[in-house]
Amino acid sequence: MSPGKDSLLIIVPAYNEEGAVGGVVRSIRAVMAGTPVLVIDDCSIDATQEVARHAGARVLPLPHHLGLGGCVQAGYKLAFELGYQYVIRVDGDGQHDAGDIPRMFEALRTSGCEMVIGSRFVGENGWRAGVIRALGIRFFRMVLRPILGKPVRDPTSGFVGVNRAALQVFSKSFPLEYPEIEALVVLQRKRFRFQEIPCKMHPRRTGRSSITAYRSIYYIVHVLLGVFVNVLKFDQRTRRPGKPENP
Amino acid sequence: MDRLLNVLTVTSGLLLLLVLVSVRRAHIRVEYSVSWLLAAAALLVLSRSRGMLEAAAHKLGLSYPPLVLLIVIGGVFLLMFYRFSVILSKLRDDNIALAQRLAILEYHLQSLREGRRNA
Repeated sequence: MSPGKDSLLIIVPAYNEEGAVGGVVRSIRAVMAGTPVLVIDDCSIDATQEVARHAGARVLPLPHHLGLGGCVQAGYKLAFELGYQYVIRVDGDGQHDAGDIPRMFEALRTSGCEMVIGSRFVGENGWRAGVIRALGIRFFRMVLRPILGKPVRDPTSGFVGVNRAALQVFSKSFPLEYPEIEALVVLQRKRFRFQEIPCKMHPRRTGRSSITAYRSIYYIVHVLLGVFVNVLKFDQRTRRPGKPENP
Repeated sequence: MDRLLNVLTVTSGLLLLLVLVSVRRAHIRVEYSVSWLLAAAALLVLSRSRGMLEAAAHKLGLSYPPLVLLIVIGGVFLLMFYRFSVILSKLRDDNIALAQRLAILEYHLQSLREGRRNA
């Protein structure tokens, strides 16, 4: 992998995803031929690494289980070190549609935003959340609206692309558990901008979501606390002169 | 009251002994034993100083002096739990950073090996 101008790395965090990760890598390579795909294996106990390598991905194997945030941040750190300009994260469970990657990359390059979110709720894509999940997403939309200064339709989306400026920030500071919502607040602290683009969402190919009914309560409390702590860290000195805050 | 104070004296003596033995066997690092040793010593002194306890209880408006001792124990343990939470959080952060660094270095090593093999 030798990155240059407009270089893109696609990272796929995966934990025990041997059933899905091969298909995910192949679908990305079919759409983005020549773009390196890096699977970050969060110390899976199944054949995730072998399947990913066989499908044509590079693998970053973590020595022990770090959780989603630590896993994604490892990918961001490596991408930053290697000099990549853009990184797009695609989950290893097969829910994200690789066909949306080119539009996300285009938005990253042309919008001037530091982050582009693949949203399930912008436009019509046929995806319907369960009742509890939909309520949770609605709740966090309300919480984030005044903090971010603009509405965000899909704050829990894991399908995100970032440019090098955001990559630098996330290499140093990235939420370790349930990172999506807190990451938005971390970006806002730096007065960075984000844009949502419509994306398709598929049902999981294999396995189950880690957020069960019981864990969803912990999730809400944890994320709320994380958001609150990040708001406390807001620092006006990080405001960049001459740049619009929230276009 | 005397019986309770005696029990606390024995408990604090045992705690002192346990911590010292643990430090000697390297089960607890010296820097983390200091809080325990101080807490145990304070408990020992207070449980043997009836006058000090009664004066403190009078100041706090408590009718039963050994309650002062229990309040002190509760306060000390709260502080120690807080300190350990800080230490644990730092250890976890360091641990994650180290694991990520190790993974990245292994990745670079693997890339170098592959580059050499292909050359």
